[in-house]
Amino acid sequence: MTAAALLRLDKVACIRGGRLLFEGMDLVLAAGEAAVATGPNGAGKSSLLRLAGGLLRPAAGGVARPAKAALADEGLALDPKLSLGRALGFWARIDRADAAPGMAAMGLAALAHVPVRMLSTGQRKRAMLARVVASDAGLWLLDEPANGLDAEGLERLGAAMAVHRAEGGAILAASHQPLDLPGAQVVALG
Amino acid sequence: MSALVLRELRLAATGGSFLLPVIFFLLVATLFPFAIGPDAPLLARTGGGALWVAALLAALLPVERLVEPDRASGVLDQLAIRGMSEESIALAKLAGHWLSFGPPLMLAALPAAALMKLPEDVLARLELGLLAGTPGLAALTLMTASLTAGLRGAGALGGLLMLPLAVPILIFGAGMGDPVAGVGAVKLLAAASLLLAAIAPFAAGAAIRAARD
Repeated sequence: MTAAALLRLDKVACIRGGRLLFEGMDLVLAAGEAAVATGPNGAGKSSLLRLAGGLLRPAAGGVARPAKAALADEGLALDPKLSLGRALGFWARIDRADAAPGMAAMGLAALAHVPVRMLSTGQRKRAMLARVVASDAGLWLLDEPANGLDAEGLERLGAAMAVHRAEGGAILAASHQPLDLPGAQVVALG
Repeated sequence: MSALVLRELRLAATGGSFLLPVIFFLLVATLFPFAIGPDAPLLARTGGGALWVAALLAALLPVERLVEPDRASGVLDQLAIRGMSEESIALAKLAGHWLSFGPPLMLAALPAAALMKLPEDVLARLELGLLAGTPGLAALTLMTASLTAGLRGAGALGGLLMLPLAVPILIFGAGMGDPVAGVGAVKLLAAASLLLAAIAPFAAGAAIRAARD
């Protein structure tokens, strides 16, 4: 229990739609640490991320999150009519950050003028990850970050996650696919 | 916060929310004299009320576009995880929605009043009434949009939810056309509108939070 924990779940229980997904969940993520939630569909992986981000309230237990969090889930949350650069720029302004490093890290710099609605599945995923990279959040919450990414995208994701952990960030991911997160705790659900 | 209001205005401009209520309002003002007939005194007497009904329905037009797309695409989640309260989001949406339909409607009331043969003093009171009443209409639309976000057939349900609550605005707004009772009506209209605008961020914020669970 270090004082520098970026996320601390204390005996958390999650009930969704009248169904108990998990209970007694303890998880501590300190600077540089990572955890991957695994489990079958519907086991509560996404709910765990939303609990950690404060979007859901736990049915029991406590969630302490002193750090800012950034979430990449299935919601694109980019205005489809805007160009990618302007759509990401909107969030960068709210984050008081610069969108360009995130776009460069995910290999999107050349697509800055393309409207969001024209992007492919993999490019959308990259855009969501670029928003996370560009934010200055200490805690990254990544829901199936590898879905739809090609080999180069996976490589860029791995590199971005490594840089984030080296800079003292923490990562909580939910994934079916193996992620490039050396030394990550495994949270088995379901 | 200002970035959010600007975004609402941009969405309204690109999504047709600026033009659509105005065109609808003018369409009603054009059709009404056809239905009533070219009887100028009758038109002048009934026109103010008809324009208020048109304004009410015009405010309801963007009810499906106001909250639901942001909920579905995750914009509300992304704002919440950045620590922005649902009440602030709702307040920004209220400001953006009113700016995108209140002032344009007040402009559209000028040609509409000409079509209805409204006398000048009635037009002045109508404009004052729209200024006082449209924030309340915007607040009602926002609350309805937040409550029905994520439901199918939200547009029809929204109408059923909102229209009864808009009765005070309609009564006091249309009552302003009367030169004697008009002074009291404008105060009551402003009071009803202010009350709705004051509770809207909290009601809409709670609805957005509830839709997340």
